[in-house]
Amino acid sequence: MNSNSQDINVEGDRIGEQEKGIVTLIHPSRGWISLKLSELWEYRELLYFLTWRDIKVRYKQTAIGVAWAIIQPFFAMVIFSIFFGQLAKIPSDGIPYPIFAYCALLPWQLFSHALNESSNSLVANQGLITKVYFPRLIIPVAPVLAGLVDFGIAFLVLIGMMLYYGIMPTFAVFTIPLFLILAVATALSVGLWLSALNVEYRDVRYTIPFLTQFWLFATPVAYPSSLVPESWRALYGLNPMAGVVEGFRWALLGKAEGPGTLLVVSVMVVIILFIGGLYYFRRMEKTFADVV
Amino acid sequence: MSDIAIRVEKIGKLYHIGERENYKTLRDIITNTIYAPFRWFNNISPSKSRNLQSEDIIWALKDVSFEVKHGEVIGIIGRNGAGKSTLLKILSRITEPTEGYIKIHGRVGSLLEVGTGFHPELTGRENLYLNGAILGMKRSEIAKNFDEIVAFAEVEKFIDTPVKHYSSGMYMRLAFAVAAHMEIEILVVDEVLAVGDIVFQKKCLGKMEDVAKKGRTVLFVSHNMAAVKKLCTKGILLEYGSIVKNGSTEDVVNSYLDNNIPVQEFKPIRIDALGLEIQKITLNKDAEGVVLPFKPLSITLDIFAGNDVTGIGLQVMITKDTIDGILFSSNTKQTKDIDVCLRKGMNKITCLISNFNLCSGKYMLGFAIDCPNVCWHYYNYNVLSFDAQETMNGLWMTLPNYSHFYLDHRWIITN
Repeated sequence: MNSNSQDINVEGDRIGEQEKGIVTLIHPSRGWISLKLSELWEYRELLYFLTWRDIKVRYKQTAIGVAWAIIQPFFAMVIFSIFFGQLAKIPSDGIPYPIFAYCALLPWQLFSHALNESSNSLVANQGLITKVYFPRLIIPVAPVLAGLVDFGIAFLVLIGMMLYYGIMPTFAVFTIPLFLILAVATALSVGLWLSALNVEYRDVRYTIPFLTQFWLFATPVAYPSSLVPESWRALYGLNPMAGVVEGFRWALLGKAEGPGTLLVVSVMVVIILFIGGLYYFRRMEKTFADVV
Repeated sequence: MSDIAIRVEKIGKLYHIGERENYKTLRDIITNTIYAPFRWFNNISPSKSRNLQSEDIIWALKDVSFEVKHGEVIGIIGRNGAGKSTLLKILSRITEPTEGYIKIHGRVGSLLEVGTGFHPELTGRENLYLNGAILGMKRSEIAKNFDEIVAFAEVEKFIDTPVKHYSSGMYMRLAFAVAAHMEIEILVVDEVLAVGDIVFQKKCLGKMEDVAKKGRTVLFVSHNMAAVKKLCTKGILLEYGSIVKNGSTEDVVNSYLDNNIPVQEFKPIRIDALGLEIQKITLNKDAEGVVLPFKPLSITLDIFAGNDVTGIGLQVMITKDTIDGILFSSNTKQTKDIDVCLRKGMNKITCLISNFNLCSGKYMLGFAIDCPNVCWHYYNYNVLSFDAQETMNGLWMTLPNYSHFYLDHRWIITN
């Protein structure tokens, strides 16, 4: 009956399997703590169920249900095409503007939605945090994963548009998962910082809409990154979403020029943000139940 | 090899007062940082700064040490704020202790609330798996016990209905059933049994007894002395964050009742989710401050509402420490089917009991708010205590354990 697979040590101090199986030691943690990623693995079923809950519940009691996943990026594309493409005549690197915008809106919406849900997740789940123990990391991760379903649905429209415009993807299309991972990692790394901060400072909740709006304009969604002067391009990569969006366009729409140095900078930024976020989250974790 | 299941060694938990109530905002931090140098300057006289410190902190638990052997059922009792819940939270690793350590041998399952993580939009079946996962059960474990859990909860017919359509009884039964079927060695249970109707409570107590008989170790927090006496093999009495008595259930319960007849003064209750504040609960007492049996009893709630609130049930309950279960309970929606509409501003709501025919003694008044069939916003069976004392109705009512109620009746003698 003792499922030894469940390593439930607070500090990772496994004392040893005794007659009764698992031994847990609870004591105050001090200083820098380990990330305990193995524990996260033990709780993968919970991550699965929470992700599944977020997916199931998202469009309950909506009249058109999952169609929302398509409508949001689709109408954003229509608006962008009218105002930026037709009226402002923003260049689109020779790609038809609607698909140019839609291809960028897909990862963007995945990112902004995941960022928003993830940042509010700890506060939204305070009932769980104050009543049950599990690795808290699961909470901001679950909504990010759930967002992938919306992405998948909206992606079908992109395939339709590619057929319509007769765009044949090159072999670069196989790099899409990498850019997807980069988008998810960006959302998650910012989400980790903000969700933990939001527990203590509710100001965060009000800054998120502002932040995502600001970020949208700093990302080449409505315009190509080629508008940015060559010498500034690498600096532009400090916004990881620039790398993601340009990567998507390159992989799917066959833009001749790959994202290059911009992408390298983006990846570095995400790695730093992500690891920093993990440690910050872990450090704050122990006070969540008391403060939230 | 040891037969110790839990060893608690000098556990302490420090809270900074106000930490829970007031969310810090960045603005506060900024102003604090700006003023910090000045404050530091002011506090250079050491006595002053020390004073400030001791006022700002509170030890919810201090120097708590005890041992629990495998198979023991421990009742943890004490007044509100004695540190019981903090202790359970530390044991279930929801919060960290500030000092000391705890060594636990075996898998721990904790049940601090019935139905944690239940989502009203999901069906009974879906919630069952979700809740199981939250409590740390494996999917295979839930699947194996699925039929048993559903049978225990008596919701076979509705298992594929969203739980928002459940009655609160069904909801509670399902939620408890999941937790009760955890396959673990050590179970930590908070006052979950106080929720729900008497049939449900009996059923849960029965299940808890089964669990205890199977040799599991149980830590059980309750205000229900009758339940503690029935279930527990040993008791621990907490007061102001320290253990004052640790011994046989009988001894501990008696010393709690003797020294700690819980005089609960009413404190305003804030329910943030609904934007309500229960500012006052008043009973019609006589000049000496006691409630008179055989007279009407009115329970008046003064509720301040931040905006209009509908779709809620208000509930009052009467309990007595020495008697198992709730003596009287009435919910506006479920008992009387009244749709309460609270208007923005002050509301006065009265429950009028036409004849309060309980015998004299010390009673507790409970109060609860629910969204019928969805969730409890607030549930506390003891928001204030009161004395009932008859003045002229004869001796029998004062006899202990003789009769709890007086039921309206008469004798007919035919010769």
